[in-house]
Amino acid sequence: MTDLTNPLLLAVILINFFTLGSARLGACIRVVSVQGALLALLPLTTHGFSFHSILLTTGAFCLKGVFIPWLLFRAIREVRIRRELEPTIGFVPTMILGALTTAGAFLFADFLPLISEHHEGLFVPTALATMFAGFLLLVSRRKAITQVLGYLMLENGIFVIGVLLSDALPLMVEAGVLLDLLVAVFVMGIVMNHISREFSTINTERLSALKE
Amino acid sequence: MIGSLVLHLALLLLFAPLMQGVITKTKAWFGGRVGAPLLQPYFDLARLWHKGFVLSRTTTWVFLAGPVVALVVPVLASLLLPFGALPAPISFEGDLILFVYLFGLSRFFTATAALDTGSSFEGMGAAREVTFSCLAEPTVLFALLVLARLSGGLSLNTLFGGHLLEAWHSGAGASLSLVLVCLFVVLLVENSRIPFDDPNTHLELTMIHEVMVLDHSGPALGMVLYGAALKMMVLGALLVRLALPWQTGWWVSDAAIFLAGLFCVAILIGVVESTMARLRLSRVPQVLIGTSLLSIFALVLVLR
Repeated sequence: MTDLTNPLLLAVILINFFTLGSARLGACIRVVSVQGALLALLPLTTHGFSFHSILLTTGAFCLKGVFIPWLLFRAIREVRIRRELEPTIGFVPTMILGALTTAGAFLFADFLPLISEHHEGLFVPTALATMFAGFLLLVSRRKAITQVLGYLMLENGIFVIGVLLSDALPLMVEAGVLLDLLVAVFVMGIVMNHISREFSTINTERLSALKE
Repeated sequence: MIGSLVLHLALLLLFAPLMQGVITKTKAWFGGRVGAPLLQPYFDLARLWHKGFVLSRTTTWVFLAGPVVALVVPVLASLLLPFGALPAPISFEGDLILFVYLFGLSRFFTATAALDTGSSFEGMGAAREVTFSCLAEPTVLFALLVLARLSGGLSLNTLFGGHLLEAWHSGAGASLSLVLVCLFVVLLVENSRIPFDDPNTHLELTMIHEVMVLDHSGPALGMVLYGAALKMMVLGALLVRLALPWQTGWWVSDAAIFLAGLFCVAILIGVVESTMARLRLSRVPQVLIGTSLLSIFALVLVLR
């Protein structure tokens, strides 16, 4: 089963690059949901079939791969936006930054005080790279929806670490994280709807210029 | 030595236009048409060969040097490259640099031949071609560096040697698949296929490679077309060897595997061309920077 893990993690990193370079929101949501679905398979490929891992997989798959994307698609339909225009940092610079942080994650992961069996393999670098990419997406985009996507990717990175430790991590903690995520996306969707109703745009740049 | 040279050239010269035929047939099939016969590229070349030259009075010898170099360079490059499991006839340490820059040479001559006509459209096409290919070059070099790192040699023969089969099964399989994707994108860019350039449009404002050869006619145009077919086969050979690293030891079956691989590459190109739309011109550099980053990332994975 471990043969499948590395291609999965690699696909996750490729999806990071794609999201950083793409302007189309629909495509971004779709690939982030694919990323979530791929990550949901990780517990099965690393720990084999057990009650714990199957539960984790189904939970993560339903939330990350199906429900949250559905919410986001609904959100972009309601606020009628298709693409991210004029991000604060351009698409090519964010992609290059993403590549730098990915390379950095690979270098940095070797210095972390991990147990020896975690040292090899792509788990830790992928987790770090995905978190960085999500963070980049959060700070470099203007549309609230892409920021939500960045937040999702950040969580995906945390999920990778969680999978690595899922033998040690109680199921409740993982479920709690997933629930947090769901609530956050929910709240953001509602907030977004309200913002768009009031201001007819969801460009977060406008919000910082609010006056009393 | 002589035998392998003859075999190499025979494979290249005979089967290169067939790839174009397969691509057009695939596209026709996707469009629900019957399409031109598979051997149409050969008929086209024969027809062009029997026509006369029409040369503008403003052009110099450079204008004719363009097609000649475009035809000769892929042939020379093919001699450095193993075709599937058939080893390259000529090989020395560091020939990968020569391989990459031979194509640089042909590009230089095609672009100068286009500029030589003095037409503003052709100048535009030359500018685009040069921009895109200089962005595609780092991708190729980093991809070859990955292979060099894996093989421990610096000649294309060792790079695409028998160790590839084991490399796919080891930890390097991931970066090999990245390299495969990058080289496929480079193949599409260098041969001006659809996501980057449409080989069928003759709208001067959007096309890249076709606009540069607008003023060529007769045998010169035939040489350009034949050279393009050879170039596609040579670049496709990189992909085929990477994707199908099997070695049978008997040259007939090796050649058959190689040709089958090229056939698959041609079908793949046809599928990509029929399912994708042309990218906007400003998006092309972005995609190419993306593939460069991917190949650098593949190198990072291998160096780890």
